[in-house]
Amino acid sequence: MSDVVVARSLDEAREALIGQPDATVLAGGTDLMVEINRGLRRPRHVVGVAQVPELRRWHIADNRVVVGTGVTYTEMMTTSLADAAPALAQAARTVGSPPIRNAGTLGGNLGTASPAGDTLPVLAALNAEIVVTGPDGERRMGLDDFVVGVKQTSLRPGELIVAAELDRPTGRQEFLKIGPRNAMVISMAGLALVADHDARTVRCALGAVAAGIPRAHDAEAWVAERIDWDNGAAVTDAVADEFGQRVAAASSPIDDHRSTAAYRRHAVAVLATRALKRAFAPGGNGDA
Amino acid sequence: MPDPYSLRVNGVDCEVADSDLAESLLFVLRERLGLTGTKNACTEGECSSCAVLIDGVLTCSCLVLAATAAGQEITTVEGLGDGRDELSVVQEAFVHEGAVQCGFCTPGLIVAVHDLLEANPEPSDGDVREALSGNLCRCTGYGRILAAVHSAAATKRSQP
Repeated sequence: MSDVVVARSLDEAREALIGQPDATVLAGGTDLMVEINRGLRRPRHVVGVAQVPELRRWHIADNRVVVGTGVTYTEMMTTSLADAAPALAQAARTVGSPPIRNAGTLGGNLGTASPAGDTLPVLAALNAEIVVTGPDGERRMGLDDFVVGVKQTSLRPGELIVAAELDRPTGRQEFLKIGPRNAMVISMAGLALVADHDARTVRCALGAVAAGIPRAHDAEAWVAERIDWDNGAAVTDAVADEFGQRVAAASSPIDDHRSTAAYRRHAVAVLATRALKRAFAPGGNGDA
Repeated sequence: MPDPYSLRVNGVDCEVADSDLAESLLFVLRERLGLTGTKNACTEGECSSCAVLIDGVLTCSCLVLAATAAGQEITTVEGLGDGRDELSVVQEAFVHEGAVQCGFCTPGLIVAVHDLLEANPEPSDGDVREALSGNLCRCTGYGRILAAVHSAAATKRSQP
């Protein structure tokens, strides 16, 4: 490593990256430092962005939530963000341990772009727009266009992820995941489900069961026609079970050291059924 | 070799010279500054043996690139006692409750418990388990650790 720049403002970070487009961006360090400690990565230039105040902010409007990429998991679960984006808070709460959540950031989860990144299904279900800045100015894109493969993003040299802009629909949000214990767990399967009572839609995205973060579009459309949007009656078991099967059909899991494809497909169906029942439990109508 | 940089550890400015910029804060604390209270176990954030406070925030020092911590206030387990020879309330409680066996996880636990009791003077069992969920102990089975946290909390509450 030949230089480390600690950026203290967005301009400093941007300048450092434009001056050194092959530099590696370091946020909370919970992924990158593991690789550096193991000798798997040895970046020549590092730009630290954990102390960039502009990235650490969030803004909550009536219909939209803008989350800076320096916002930590702890902040997602303990601030006003927890009310504005409940599924994001639920996902954050399942990440690592308190010290990991104090360090890890939304931007790090995006930049690492692991299929098991727990905030990513939430971003997909909340129709996130990812905002990046770089030598060619600002670009915005959906999560689909940002995460393009396993740990692959469409970020160009010299670009920095600045924020994610999320919908703020009226309806319950759920994030659920499966792992071997209740702490320090990397997802074997994860799922975010968002009910939008104004648009009368259900949005559901999956983690750790595909190369990217798929939305279960067919299942979403199918179930939206079976929800009692006017009276808020609970979904039936039959609908919830079939929704689970239809969501599982949107996954394309693999066998790896963490789980098997068969278990992941089963798990994601269970999670989808459970999330739908919770989101449309009696009294849940329009209740964020 | 890169330019030396300075870290503020337990209230003292320490110059870090002849270091590789890829070194973690954990490595620098132990190998450059001789502060071996902070333990080196997993180096991937799984065990919290290396927990320190950075600007008051509980952090795994193995996941911090040391050079990026320049200008921040770093507190290690050595900096928690009131004086050099005096144990903190939390440390006393760990001794009295027998919450130490091999001792390797203890410094990280002590730092994490300080952090917990700072924010929550009367934690429930659930609060303690949640707060220490990242601190792995392979000897004690956690029962005595839990008892030590409650005992430390009670002592702290009884102090004026």
